[in-house]
Amino acid sequence: MTAGDQAATAGGLRITEAAPGARFSLRLRPEHLPAAEAALGHPLPRRIGEITAGQGWRALMLGPDEWLLDRPAGGPPALPGAPAHALVDISDRELILRVEGPAAAELLSIGIPRDLRGLAPGQGCRTVFDSVPVILVREGETAFTLAVWRSFAPHVAGLLEIGRREIAAGL
Amino acid sequence: MLLIHCPYCEQDLPEVEFAYAGEAHIARPADPMALSDEAWAAYLFFRSNRRGVHFERWRHIHGCGRFFNAARHTVTDRFLTTYRIGAPRPDSAALPEAGQ
Repeated sequence: MTAGDQAATAGGLRITEAAPGARFSLRLRPEHLPAAEAALGHPLPRRIGEITAGQGWRALMLGPDEWLLDRPAGGPPALPGAPAHALVDISDRELILRVEGPAAAELLSIGIPRDLRGLAPGQGCRTVFDSVPVILVREGETAFTLAVWRSFAPHVAGLLEIGRREIAAGL
Repeated sequence: MLLIHCPYCEQDLPEVEFAYAGEAHIARPADPMALSDEAWAAYLFFRSNRRGVHFERWRHIHGCGRFFNAARHTVTDRFLTTYRIGAPRPDSAALPEAGQ
């Protein structure tokens, strides 16, 4: 893992490893959403790919019954009185790579098959990067974060580094 | 690249995010012990292998994770429709391009 520790800058592209945060997977039935929102104290997104934020938390809807909750640091969310749900600490599961720069979408497209023009800033999704499952969030017009399972991270970081050099060299 | 419409994500997404999961609308017999060996073998192993509109299961494994059903034409490889698990099987004659 070389790209992770040292910020690599060339061609306006920056690939850095983001500080580890607190990440939780929340699974519950859609009909239990209002009760879970009341327990959390902030709304959860209702459309797959949407993100809501509140009380220091950020919630990304990954599937019809699946949300990813994250915040910079701290313990799990308190869900007093929430109906049947599964809340799993996945903070250590993934490394977060941050890709910034005017060509960030072009760089990610070397491994991501989705049309990233359809992913607006402030949206996210689970997808694949060169056959590796990743969670991609478009933080801004030219900034993305890519959550990669630890064991796959050297492969993804290596490919991104090759792509960054190619873009920097004008290929 | 083949695009598949996920009925849960409500987007057309690349095929590599999906996994094929066999023929759709095959119900497990309620009481397998009551079946003859031939009937059990037919349930386990024998599929329609159609030339034309084929109803099949797919899973959006690198996305929302959900299984859904699709109607695909096995000659043109076109997806005619996709629909959520639990929805009734559409009438294949009413599907667009089903006659091709």
